[in-house]
Amino acid sequence: MNDKQEKLIDKKGIRLDGRKADELRPLKLEVGVLPNADGSAYIEHGKNKILVGVFGPREMHPKHLSRPDRMVLRCRYHMAPFSVQERKSPAPSRREVELSKVIREALEPALFLEMYPRTGIDIFVEILQADGGTRCASITAAALALADSGIPMRDLVVACAAGKVDDTVVLDLYDAEDKLGVADVPVAYMPNLNAVTLLQMDGILTPVEFEKAVNMAIDGCKKIYAVQKEALKTKYMHIKEDTQEESEE
Amino acid sequence: MSTLITKVRQKQLVLLIEKGKRVDGRGLTDFRDLKVEEGLIERAEGSARLLLGKTDVLVGVKIETGEPFPDTPNEGVLTVNAELVPLASASFEPGPPDESSIELARIVDRGIRESKAIDNEKLCIEAGKKVFVVFVDVYVLNHDGNLIDASALAAVSALINTKMPNYEIKDGEVIIKQGYTPLPLKSRPITITVGKVGEKLLLDLGLEEEQVMDARISFAINEEGSICAVQKGGSGYFTPQQIIDASRLAQEKAAELRKKLKW
Repeated sequence: MNDKQEKLIDKKGIRLDGRKADELRPLKLEVGVLPNADGSAYIEHGKNKILVGVFGPREMHPKHLSRPDRMVLRCRYHMAPFSVQERKSPAPSRREVELSKVIREALEPALFLEMYPRTGIDIFVEILQADGGTRCASITAAALALADSGIPMRDLVVACAAGKVDDTVVLDLYDAEDKLGVADVPVAYMPNLNAVTLLQMDGILTPVEFEKAVNMAIDGCKKIYAVQKEALKTKYMHIKEDTQEESEE
Repeated sequence: MSTLITKVRQKQLVLLIEKGKRVDGRGLTDFRDLKVEEGLIERAEGSARLLLGKTDVLVGVKIETGEPFPDTPNEGVLTVNAELVPLASASFEPGPPDESSIELARIVDRGIRESKAIDNEKLCIEAGKKVFVVFVDVYVLNHDGNLIDASALAAVSALINTKMPNYEIKDGEVIIKQGYTPLPLKSRPITITVGKVGEKLLLDLGLEEEQVMDARISFAINEEGSICAVQKGGSGYFTPQQIIDASRLAQEKAAELRKKLKW
């Protein structure tokens, strides 16, 4: 943005946090972390720490919002007041309302809504700590929480951002790059269906850079997809181990 | 933002689009008639009314003094708000802005902000203390589809039409003087939304066509043909190839409209 600002990428192409242009931040995913939710997941992506709980399919409240021909998917993206540098008011901001909508629309294509008429599913996303790219991490975790709840899905949805920092197109921007960079392109993707379910952008990119960023984000999504599937399997491996131990006792 | 239409009609619309045709006889990438009228609200510093077919959007710009944000002490402030006025459609209800009007406002906002359309540094009166705040209020008067493009175009038209009050500073107080200067603009972004129905991509969807749309994607495009903001919406998806196709479609149409509007 400003010429006087210090460079975010050094001459060797290494970013301020030590990553290469196409390198993801450290990623940790856990499934089934909330005892009361029907499905849940926890994600640590860089310094992002996000908890997602899924309730349903269940009866809609208020009832008049239910639809006779399909299930209603509701999503609330919410940031904890302590999740950012300056305290955020807990009341929903316009940004949170918009993100709740785009996250919901990113997940909807994965579900068979018409199979559960008159019901509703609620997805609650709580950002405990934010470090840039929270909408993407939320989608990755929310898809896992949905899978954890046992509802049939066409595919997991996985999300990752790419963007432009200084003069370079890079993968998975963290907070400083998001704020000081040139552009940010979050993408949500269903790898098995080759379907992009969320795409946003702010900043300025040429058409060529835009294409490159979208493709880079999709490649990032594919890498996270592997971690996502592993997290889901791990949960069942634990259950298997636990039941084996019990039967041995 | 939905209006109910019968299943038969839905099917008819989809079948037509699959054949590359549309109910009103347009081609898939044709826009409806576009009319812009500028400066019709005298009380506002800037205004424009845009008709896109029967979609009717009025934008008023008010300029007031206020405090800058702490992280941008020498820049003016842009605030965009959208009202889906209940008289515009049976599906609009009175009350605080809902999800769709917030999304609409934020798409319009992002197009103007990210293309750096307003020369914000020229809106600074006293760094860190006083700047001009530009309020862009989008007022939808009749909803017949494609509110995003209509609102974004109307907002930029209103900004082009906006006059800033002349002022002087006396003992730290801002005193408004006689006369006006035009709002300093650096860019005129054009927002184009591409809708997906089945496997077809089309532009400027009417209200009925929006009911059969799987998903949409909006691009804000500046004079150089660069993309400044993108937003996908709707419950469907795009393949990566469709995204590239859509962005090219949007760029062609933006260039065409830019010529037509003489922007």
